[in-house]
Amino acid sequence: MASLADTPIDLGADLPSAAPPGRVYTRHGVVTRLCHWINVACIGFLIASGLNIFNAHPSLYWGNFGADADDNRRWFEIGAMDDAAGKAVGITRIGDVHITTTGVLGLNRASNGQLQQQGFPDWLTFPSNRDLATARRWHFFFAWLFILNGLTYLIYGLVTRHLQDEIWPKLKQLAPANLWHDIVSHAKLQFPRGQADKHYHILQRLAYSGMIFVLLPLMIVTGLSMSPGFNAALGGFLPSLFGGRASARSIHFITMDLTIAFIVIHVAMVILAGPYNQLRSMITGRYDVGPEPTARKDRP
Amino acid sequence: MTIFSRRGLIGVGAGGLLVSGCDRLSGSMGANAFVAKAERATYGWQRLIGGQTLAQEFTAADISPIFKANGSTDLKDDDYRRHVDEGFANWRLKIDGLVARPLSLSLADLRRLAARTQITRHDCVEGWSAIGQWTGPQLGPILKAAGLLPTANYVVFHCADNYGGEISKGGAQSTGLYYESVDLADAFHPQTIVATEMNGKPLTVAHGAPCRMRIERQLGYKQAKYVMRIEAVDSFAHMELGKGGYWEDRGYEWYAGI
Repeated sequence: MASLADTPIDLGADLPSAAPPGRVYTRHGVVTRLCHWINVACIGFLIASGLNIFNAHPSLYWGNFGADADDNRRWFEIGAMDDAAGKAVGITRIGDVHITTTGVLGLNRASNGQLQQQGFPDWLTFPSNRDLATARRWHFFFAWLFILNGLTYLIYGLVTRHLQDEIWPKLKQLAPANLWHDIVSHAKLQFPRGQADKHYHILQRLAYSGMIFVLLPLMIVTGLSMSPGFNAALGGFLPSLFGGRASARSIHFITMDLTIAFIVIHVAMVILAGPYNQLRSMITGRYDVGPEPTARKDRP
Repeated sequence: MTIFSRRGLIGVGAGGLLVSGCDRLSGSMGANAFVAKAERATYGWQRLIGGQTLAQEFTAADISPIFKANGSTDLKDDDYRRHVDEGFANWRLKIDGLVARPLSLSLADLRRLAARTQITRHDCVEGWSAIGQWTGPQLGPILKAAGLLPTANYVVFHCADNYGGEISKGGAQSTGLYYESVDLADAFHPQTIVATEMNGKPLTVAHGAPCRMRIERQLGYKQAKYVMRIEAVDSFAHMELGKGGYWEDRGYEWYAGI
């Protein structure tokens, strides 16, 4: 009986990198990978510092303006009040809907354990203490980095035709039958495998295109709409696009909510589709499409 | 269930590490100084594309029903209270510093000068905004009349209100007197006025009587109230904590165009 030491051990045997040729390929170029992770840092700091900025005036309005007295324009607010029993509660109001959010929104615990009246809690904001001046500096630094990084990605993607070929939805993929098939197989958590996985399917293309071409540009433009200097440079054109500066601020907040929704789904999909392979493809670029499916059970 | 509690613990631990890591970052002087460089980019870019374009102006129908009075709204200072009691009859606005002919203007003098009326939106750094109508002489012609010297780079507004209270960043403490400053591009901007009226009436104490600045391409904290003295300087590094304004000394950007 051979000792264990004599047995050749191929450490790579069970790892996807040892897969047969044709299965593993470079999914993401180095520019895409760099831009992706810089973007992760930007979005993270922008959201956390943005929530700190929001805490300075935790109300949203529709129209050209909005301040304390403009109740008729206010559609969203996070605050604290005393309930009927005289006990302090955190309240989040969206339109006519009042939600008790004690402990998280409106009334939450500071790092020293004390209850404090504050929109978003310390553990969600950057910096963790309420500090509008510092939050703004970090917000605008990462806003600049976010824009420069996004432009780099866009120019690279357009020149290499990555955006046109791999991200933008293809007309024939938009056929209702194909859309429905993708929705159903996603609902069943059956993801494409084999050569079919070498190109994004329609739901991925719609999600990524929506972020890259609609939501993130909207986030930038609504952000700039709040800048008095930028407004003057463009004669008030930007906020007018959104029905006024207070509306632009509201939409800026909504684009953040939708971005968080995207991130939650995006990360969930990475975990469900195989986090090792997915994460590796965004770090080293290498991606294993897996074996060809033997039979297609989801189709007659 | 152990797996859940363990995962929960890891989650809480990772979250705690993240928060303490972030605290270390936001508390780092070096990191803060580095991200603060973005202010130069914003300033340079807005000056490049801005030129002398005007901030958006509105109609009377757009005016806020209640224009929020923020910052100092009632001054206890004896000198200031005397001016209020006298209807600002003996009050003078000084224009000095790097000028050939220092001026001392009464409220009547200010009202005799050619006035500009503008309905604009006031954007507070906190996030709220309000629309109001402002009337007063442009700052540019006043500075020209005083003979602004070529060595002047900035115009500083010295105010009557002592905002005191808030501890300034970095340990050192300023006198707490409110002051602000702008570059010459904003000083000579057509919409930069020394406003003596709001919504067609003389300025109230809450809104900065007898006069306040309107610097329409910047945020609310640049709109200095209770202006007593306008000083032309080459640098504001020697004033208070050297950042060019009360809020600037407390960490806010000097260029408040965003």
